[in-house]
Amino acid sequence: MEVAMDDQLQSAATAMHERFGAEIHRYADDTSLIAAHDRNVELLTALRDEFRFEMLVAVTAVDYWPQVTPRFHVLYILYSMQHNSTLLVRIPLDGNMPHLRTVEGVYPSANWYEREVYDMFGVTFVGHSDLRRILMPKDWQGHPLRKDYPLGYEEVSFTFNYDEIDLRKPLAKE
Amino acid sequence: MTDSNLVRPEELDGMSHLVSERALRGETMLLNMGPQHPSTHGVLRLLLELDGEIVVNCIPDIGFLHTGIEKTMESKIYNKALVCTDRMDYLNPLGNNLVYSLAVEKLVGLDVPPRAQVLRVLLAELTRIGSHLLWLGTSALDLAAMSVFLYGMREREIILDIFEMISGQRMMTSYIRPGGVWRDVPAEFEAAVRNFLEVMPRRLDEYESLLTHNALFLERTVDIGKICTEECIRWGITGPAIRATGLPYDLRKARPYSGYETYDFDIPTAEGCDVYGRYLVRVQEIRESLKIVRQALDKLPYGPVQSSNRKFVPPPRSEIGVSMESLIHHFKLWTEGYHAPAEGVYVAIESPRGELGFYVEGNGGPKPQRVFYRGPSFANLQIMPILTRKHFVADVVGIIGSIDIVLGDTDR
Repeated sequence: MEVAMDDQLQSAATAMHERFGAEIHRYADDTSLIAAHDRNVELLTALRDEFRFEMLVAVTAVDYWPQVTPRFHVLYILYSMQHNSTLLVRIPLDGNMPHLRTVEGVYPSANWYEREVYDMFGVTFVGHSDLRRILMPKDWQGHPLRKDYPLGYEEVSFTFNYDEIDLRKPLAKE
Repeated sequence: MTDSNLVRPEELDGMSHLVSERALRGETMLLNMGPQHPSTHGVLRLLLELDGEIVVNCIPDIGFLHTGIEKTMESKIYNKALVCTDRMDYLNPLGNNLVYSLAVEKLVGLDVPPRAQVLRVLLAELTRIGSHLLWLGTSALDLAAMSVFLYGMREREIILDIFEMISGQRMMTSYIRPGGVWRDVPAEFEAAVRNFLEVMPRRLDEYESLLTHNALFLERTVDIGKICTEECIRWGITGPAIRATGLPYDLRKARPYSGYETYDFDIPTAEGCDVYGRYLVRVQEIRESLKIVRQALDKLPYGPVQSSNRKFVPPPRSEIGVSMESLIHHFKLWTEGYHAPAEGVYVAIESPRGELGFYVEGNGGPKPQRVFYRGPSFANLQIMPILTRKHFVADVVGIIGSIDIVLGDTDR
């Protein structure tokens, strides 16, 4: 399903490859760049200022646990209104203390999205103005969208293990 | 208002860097609006810092409706995860079904027959009208126009009845599925939609006569909650909010999906950048959607409504009884599911509130590695501090209404 990349997207991707060593990946008609974590702010600034990707649609992450290096990919979805094209930028991160510089200064809309990634994946954004949990309660332990975070199924109880499961249930009992 | 709505500076809980110095000295008042407030359209908490009646700061606090839907979807096979999408933006269930289906189809390379394409557009537009009607009713109600709410709900009922007719459900439809739609529409569907198309334009004129030139309504909406195009782009705001700044940005035109490029419709814009502008855009959008629904109904082709690719779409019941392969496919699809490649795709559509995106990444197995839902309300809500600054408390209500947030959309 190879679709021709449009010129602006092509030149942006090539420039990022040359300047930041970003790897270009194509699937269906999506283009993504895989770039190193230490220059994410410079890369996005260049994409915004030189290639008119002026809208940050979203920031999210993917967890590849149990793989450790890289365990996470932080994903920026950029949109250029002028050229009507979408670009995905992926930043691989290590599983041990994952951190990344914030891009709030480049795209203000990153504020809440980075908070969400921090809340859900435990990726710290260095320099973020307001890095608090956003969806979970502030005293929550753990980061729910990590793959090693349990789903929290209800155990299926049968007659032979009903009492055993009932004992573990944290319900008010008479 | 009771005292319990007031927040003392020492109770700020790690949010003291978001309010002004004056609040910490006790010169301005900190007031909780929500999470249970009728005008916040769900469970949204706004922490307002007030100087008299003027809003100094507004700090949205979301997450009260977080149910971990993305995590749930990642634990299910692709076909079953679809059911979760209805429950995200609950005013746009068919739009959510559509964008998830488009993402999965893009990921695995699945075709959709023409009849299903047209049905999808038709239903997505009916959903848009239904969502806008509810928005019109509730946001007018917030500004004390009671009757519009009752009228809006009356017309929305016709749409919900149509949904019930096709899918058996009024809201949680799960009707649009990867590869097409669940089943063909019943025979009485066309008459029901034609009836709606007959009734709706007249009713819309009625609403407009109640609001558009109503001095009280204008007083509460004109020049309230302004934001310019550049700010909208910087903050990722889409949908009627950006179109009310005069920019005709609509994904149905910019990146057409499901054959939107074959329909004749306009993108309404307004110049005000304010609450009134967003109102005008949405009301015009209902008219444009009616145009699309009419065109779709006129050209609805005959044919299958699901892809015949049996590796992804279960076979019809009639085939199962006579074909062993069909039985195997059916069994495999609903137990193991299908395998998607370890690639990620991003698909976005125009929901009633703006850009609704789905990022779906496979891992070579039957369950997605990652499902990310980009809800427009999340981005739109983020600019509440900018929209409300220096307005009266009473206007906060109108502004929330004008960005049309759905908390199921922000919290997921």
